[in-house]
Amino acid sequence: MQLTLTLNGVRCTDEVQADTTLFTYLREKGCLSVKCGCETSNCGLCTVWLDEKPVLSCSVPALRADGKKVTTLEGLQDEAAEFGAYLADEGAEQCGYCSPGFIMNVLAMSRELTHPTEQEIQEYLAGNLCRCSGYQGQLRAIRKFLAAKGGCV
Amino acid sequence: MYTARNYVFADSPEHAWELNQKKTNTILSGGCWLRLGRRRYDTLIDLSKLGLNQIEQTDTYLELGAMVTLRQLETSPLLAQYFGSYFSDCTRHIVGVQFRNCATLGGSVAARFGFSDIVTALLPLNCQVHLVKAGWLPFTQYAAMPYDRDVLTHIRIPLQKHIQVVYQSTRNTQTDLPTLTCAASCCDGRISLALGARSSRPSLLHGNTQSDLLQEAEHLTYVENMRGSSAYRRHLAKILIQRVCTCLEGGQHPCS
Amino acid sequence: MKRNYVSTGVRKKDAMSLVTGKPVYTGDLVPANALRVKLLRSPHARAYIRSIDTSKAKLVPGVVCVLTWEDAPNSRFTTAGQTWPEPSPYDRLILDRQLRCCGDPVAIVAAETEQAATQALRMIQVDYEVQTPLLDFTKAKDNPIVVHPEENFRALCDVGTDANRNLVSYDSFTVGNLDEEFSKCDVVLERTYNTLANSQAMMEPFCTYSYYDEYGRLTVVSSTQVPFHARRILSNALEIPKGNIRIIKPRIGGGFGAKQSVVSEIFPALVTKLTGRAAYLCYTRQESMTNGSPRHQMQMQVKIGATRDGMIRAIDLYALSNAGAYGDHGPTTIGLVGHKSLSLYGSLKASRFTCEVVYTNTMGGGAYRGYGATQGIFAVESAVNEIAAELGIDPTVIREKNMVKEGQIMPAYYGETCNSCTLDACMAAAKEHMNWDEKYPRRVLPNGHIRSVGVAIAMQGSGISAVDTASVEIRLNDGGFYTLLVGCTDMGTGCDTILAQMAADCLDCDIDDISVRGVDTDQSPYDTGSYASSTTYVTGGAVMKTCAELREKILAEGARILGVDPAQAEFDGQKVFVPGTDKSITRAELGWASYEGHSKLLTACQSHSSPVSPPPFMVGMAEIDLDPETGHVEVVDYVAEVDCGTVINTNLARVQTEGGIVQGIGMALFENVQYNEAGKLLNDSFLQYKIPTRLEAGTIRVNFHPSYEPTGPFGAKSIGELVINTPSPAIADAIRNATGLSFRNLPIRAEDIALAIERQKHD
Repeated sequence: MQLTLTLNGVRCTDEVQADTTLFTYLREKGCLSVKCGCETSNCGLCTVWLDEKPVLSCSVPALRADGKKVTTLEGLQDEAAEFGAYLADEGAEQCGYCSPGFIMNVLAMSRELTHPTEQEIQEYLAGNLCRCSGYQGQLRAIRKFLAAKGGCV
Repeated sequence: MYTARNYVFADSPEHAWELNQKKTNTILSGGCWLRLGRRRYDTLIDLSKLGLNQIEQTDTYLELGAMVTLRQLETSPLLAQYFGSYFSDCTRHIVGVQFRNCATLGGSVAARFGFSDIVTALLPLNCQVHLVKAGWLPFTQYAAMPYDRDVLTHIRIPLQKHIQVVYQSTRNTQTDLPTLTCAASCCDGRISLALGARSSRPSLLHGNTQSDLLQEAEHLTYVENMRGSSAYRRHLAKILIQRVCTCLEGGQHPCS
Repeated sequence: MKRNYVSTGVRKKDAMSLVTGKPVYTGDLVPANALRVKLLRSPHARAYIRSIDTSKAKLVPGVVCVLTWEDAPNSRFTTAGQTWPEPSPYDRLILDRQLRCCGDPVAIVAAETEQAATQALRMIQVDYEVQTPLLDFTKAKDNPIVVHPEENFRALCDVGTDANRNLVSYDSFTVGNLDEEFSKCDVVLERTYNTLANSQAMMEPFCTYSYYDEYGRLTVVSSTQVPFHARRILSNALEIPKGNIRIIKPRIGGGFGAKQSVVSEIFPALVTKLTGRAAYLCYTRQESMTNGSPRHQMQMQVKIGATRDGMIRAIDLYALSNAGAYGDHGPTTIGLVGHKSLSLYGSLKASRFTCEVVYTNTMGGGAYRGYGATQGIFAVESAVNEIAAELGIDPTVIREKNMVKEGQIMPAYYGETCNSCTLDACMAAAKEHMNWDEKYPRRVLPNGHIRSVGVAIAMQGSGISAVDTASVEIRLNDGGFYTLLVGCTDMGTGCDTILAQMAADCLDCDIDDISVRGVDTDQSPYDTGSYASSTTYVTGGAVMKTCAELREKILAEGARILGVDPAQAEFDGQKVFVPGTDKSITRAELGWASYEGHSKLLTACQSHSSPVSPPPFMVGMAEIDLDPETGHVEVVDYVAEVDCGTVINTNLARVQTEGGIVQGIGMALFENVQYNEAGKLLNDSFLQYKIPTRLEAGTIRVNFHPSYEPTGPFGAKSIGELVINTPSPAIADAIRNATGLSFRNLPIRAEDIALAIERQKHD
């Protein structure tokens, strides 16, 4: 079936199957930042934006994105590097496998919430699992990032 | 993960209904639960181009489309205006923001899972649901019905004067499935209280006092599963009933 | 030696590529034409394959091969990534006719697409002779059900293995006269503690692809902590010479010990061997959970005795470990249960440790951060907390009286001397930071919740003494930059960067002048791999030696070019020069010169191994908020005071600590492995196996109290494993301080607490 969408600002038309997930489609399109860590919609590794909203690409059929705008970390390289530098300065990226999905959600949060409290930050990001960092360094990075952007906690 | 051969954007609710009469087809809601199964479908029926993602207000009720996401429920200023933090309380523990941006009201309601925060929350609100063939039904009736192939399109939540509402749940971890859900409304001294995550469907109890409800709750079934024993759930029911009743007695409007 | 980089928070060298989502992991690098490999897994915990019909599966379009036990080699091996001869018995085949746990591989399918492979799995018909499984590990020894009856079962080391009795291993040691010491005690407690298997739950599942390279050698690219062991294990399992195998480790998405076993590598490798095609296998999360390499389930009995003044004189510890279906890491994890718990107490006049590891038909165990120490420390620390309560002594005070001190000999720790230890300073700081004296034991909040505190101390090792070996090569290149070749495996921990920090300080250069590369078994120098908390300590030691050798070579070559005796010249990191003269040659010039005729490459390679394994120490204190009605426990504050010797990278050591503590919180409270009656694991997904989210992590405050370890690089010891050991006993202690009830089985569920409080009310 035919799928037309805007992927990281580029209009794409592709043939996909009815049961192809957005995750599989994006990996096939070379968006290899998008990772899969579970089969049960629990880990948040596959987070991308669908019309600017963070979603689990493993749970969204590719065809549902028809006519929509999809953004992955490949399309947000400058912002990824900007926030990522704060994460790196804490050493909190650790293995990095959850970083793309996590950063997609941090960037979504920074657009959606103005001056979030610490509790709001933790709740917004609760769907992003990380087994390495214990989350503390991620929070330090977010605080510094938001403070630098004027959206301080 | 499921497999499917066709994918159709329904052009109308009736179109969706027709397609859904075939047992090998299915309505695609948020997709989050569907993917846990390994069924082989013929056609996935997508409702996302029917404008069912709106929350609208009339003088007497709010009308929510089936494709309203759980995140919309959580963040809707309209819902917050009338129900305080109730809809945030019943959604914010569900996995994560990304999940709630996918999962839909219609999907949660139609699945009628026993552990559903959403079904528990809607039960005490005197809601109506709209199905393509059956038309408008009381939500309580729908919540108890066996599964059929009708298609849910809308839910109406009446705007009752002087209603107080409160939602609480217990979970082993904050974003896990609940070990018990409890939602209550109080209108003119009459309490309606739903208890979920204890059997195949949440149940609705009525009473004028906390002790009425506690007594009624004793007769309910409390199953044992990986998240908790029957005895623990029975104990939690008692605790949550006491807590929501205390909260209702506090008399905030709306209560949270 | 100057420290420009050591003890600073240098950013990881690969950080920016990770945070911008670059394709650097195994699954991102798979060749386009690689076959997709899928495994048919046993639905039964114990069964014998009468027959398999693969004919229909082979007809599925796109299917290239369907392999069964008849196609796999018959050489038994262990997947445990350990130095040869491995203490883990050779009890596995790639595909075995006898199935020993749910999910044991029955057949391997390789196809052009994932869909074809999945479809073919459904077409394989297996006739199973279903057998009664042995699921209760407390009844495994001498059970009529023998898990490993096969004739070609082999144990390479004498670890007390007796497969006919379901015994993977047996061990015992005694220090002092136990009976006599117990007789001198005023209080003696006997308690039993239980811990479950835990899944490492690293975010990247087990993942491997393989292909034949241009020389006709089998190349395996894999997310592994043990590339060199993997080469040997594949050689054993596939019956091909080691020289024909090359292992490459790209970036790893977390390991925590899981990838110290060769879990996924053998399957695509067999496909490549038999078909000549590139083959790729990425485990699902479910497979990673059901057939990975989790922590060993254990039962521990502690007998502890103390005098009324709080001196602990004797501990007798017995541990029973459930190896599950296979013995990987079974005989070695169990040792740490005793060595790394009993050695915490310098006051002990006598101690004994006895242990048995048994086979059952549950999932096979493996290496998980802490490696037995975690279980042993939970038991012993809990027992110490219980005896303190019994004696009416503050649990921090009983530790101050008894804990091991610098300079003491540790009889239960191979007789090693404790050369570096600031446990006393850690305890003092923890009490201050937690405000212990005010908060202990508990207070009730206006909402009825109870705030309480709990404490535990812990140790680990730094590498496996006299076994772990690390080699490092450093080359000076044209223009003066260095290449640091390592065989240890950065799995996100940052060891590539840490080793570069050490090298930069040893060589007096900028850290950006050092390029790090690891690991490719064809090109990297030998290293046992990153496990047993070895890398900073052991591989770091190799870096020190290698840098020293390279400095000498640079000096000698510089002096030769300058035409002076090396004794007259100096190397300051930037140039070789003769003091007091204008004779000088820069490092860059030396690099260029070494690439020209009549010269030689300036390179050094040294190996390092340590006769001792100096323990890092820490104190962990948990403050919890306990809802006595629902039983819910929230860890609101965790204070960690750590002595890992010199901290090499302040950021990475802190994050290691925070990460380990949160894993420990999961183990203590949520990670609940359950089986059904048939032996099928129920918690086989992140939906059912709940690792902590950030909402369960609380606030973690980490401080370092560096001792100086004389045998360590720059005085460093290890950090990686130590940090998972305190949460379980500290949280259990806090729960007892809140409720007056002792919980001895992990995880301590809300339900256990709420219902116990209810029972207590009614008693």
